[in-house]
Amino acid sequence: MITRRNLLVTGGATLLAGCDSLSDSPVLMSADEAHHFLQRSIVGRAALAREFRADQRSPRFRVNGTANPNTPSYSAMAANRFVDWRLAVDGLVARPLSLSLANLRSLPQRAQITRHDCVEGWSAIGKWQGPRLETLLQLAGLRPEARYIVLHCGDSIAGQPYYESIDLVDAFHPQTILAWAMNDAPLTVGHGAPVRLRVERQLGYKQAKYVMRVEAVATLDGIGKGKGGFWEDYNGYEWYAGI
Amino acid sequence: MASDPGSGKDALVYRHRLITRLWHWINALAVFVMIGSGLMIFNAHPRLYWGHFGANYDPAWLELPRFPGWVTIPSHYSLSGARHWHLFFALVLAFGLLVYLLGSLANRHVQRDLRIRRRELSGRHLWADFRAHLALRFHDPESPRDYNIFQKLSYIGVLFVLLPVLILSGLALAPGMWPWIADLFGGRQSARSVHFIAMALLTGFVLVHLTLVMLAGPLDEVRSMITGWWRVPGTGERK
Repeated sequence: MITRRNLLVTGGATLLAGCDSLSDSPVLMSADEAHHFLQRSIVGRAALAREFRADQRSPRFRVNGTANPNTPSYSAMAANRFVDWRLAVDGLVARPLSLSLANLRSLPQRAQITRHDCVEGWSAIGKWQGPRLETLLQLAGLRPEARYIVLHCGDSIAGQPYYESIDLVDAFHPQTILAWAMNDAPLTVGHGAPVRLRVERQLGYKQAKYVMRVEAVATLDGIGKGKGGFWEDYNGYEWYAGI
Repeated sequence: MASDPGSGKDALVYRHRLITRLWHWINALAVFVMIGSGLMIFNAHPRLYWGHFGANYDPAWLELPRFPGWVTIPSHYSLSGARHWHLFFALVLAFGLLVYLLGSLANRHVQRDLRIRRRELSGRHLWADFRAHLALRFHDPESPRDYNIFQKLSYIGVLFVLLPVLILSGLALAPGMWPWIADLFGGRQSARSVHFIAMALLTGFVLVHLTLVMLAGPLDEVRSMITGWWRVPGTGERK
């Protein structure tokens, strides 16, 4: 017998189950592109993220994502203070680069005190320093067909190598840097040593840590599962994380 | 007078125009989805702070247990799934409100139906209206089509304060938006707290609204929000 109560409970459960199965529908996920378009159109491409005073920094900066890659090769480099580490800049560039940490430190530097916003909701403020990504791309000579910059990382989550990607608007943004220092000290392992990306107008999962290789590509199709990043490929997070 | 109790015929008045009815139901769906998916997003970090920053080592002014699956969208833990719902219906909510408010200024719904007259704010009028609510009389028999003062105040509060604050504080959380939006609230974590408080107030409005619809006669009230035509209470009751 169908009682009103049963109907309500079943109806409610069906409604919720319906919601659950629709969560990854292309219609809902199209909102990411809409926000991307709206923000780029309204806010402006070169608008700066807020920068803070030194005394406004978080007393303690929470680590996001991987706390330690713990692979044999990474641990060996970390034990050696990353003197053997090289950053590859390749893909659609005229002159592929292989840069040491000393090379990165000798390039023109940018330092900024910015807020790191995790997709989960928490925020922390810290100071980051490193060369602008634009400087590296100009040294390498970006080819005209390049559309995205892919950051290949030294850590894995659930057996999948971490990677992230940004478009050229963010790659050439004045606050987009490859940070090797945090709060005036070399990056710790927890915060992505030796180098992490800072792309300040996007959420925390875009701030790729343990960067090993910067690759310029024309399309994201052949990278990972094609959605432009680890969290995008395996957990359905938005590629554009400005919102 | 619109009512004619002696005739036994329904006294129907056209109460809600098409744009009001359309927006009401689109917005009801949007608010339902925004609250459910927002609670799931909150579950990812169920702590609230004041200021620009705030994470686990920082003092939280509110820390709640996770909301249970029967109030969240999706019902199982999925931050990315909740964000898909939230970011899609954020556009429905924000642009729906914009179109509705512009339309309601153009068709004079706001000026005609929501304008508060000075006499309505007198202590005597407020008290009389309050007592009428307690007696479950929600409409002035002299002009039953008009909203009572508590309706006007709550609708104005929702349309011009709560919903805009929810939209603005939501945008303040987006790192890609202008930084001054977060600064308006005193920082991103303050904006997140304001977003949550405004959500709680809106949930309170929805619960009171639904309760009053039930008390005022759900069939007539819901019908009027679907067809636009509303039967004046106290008329046309067939014995």
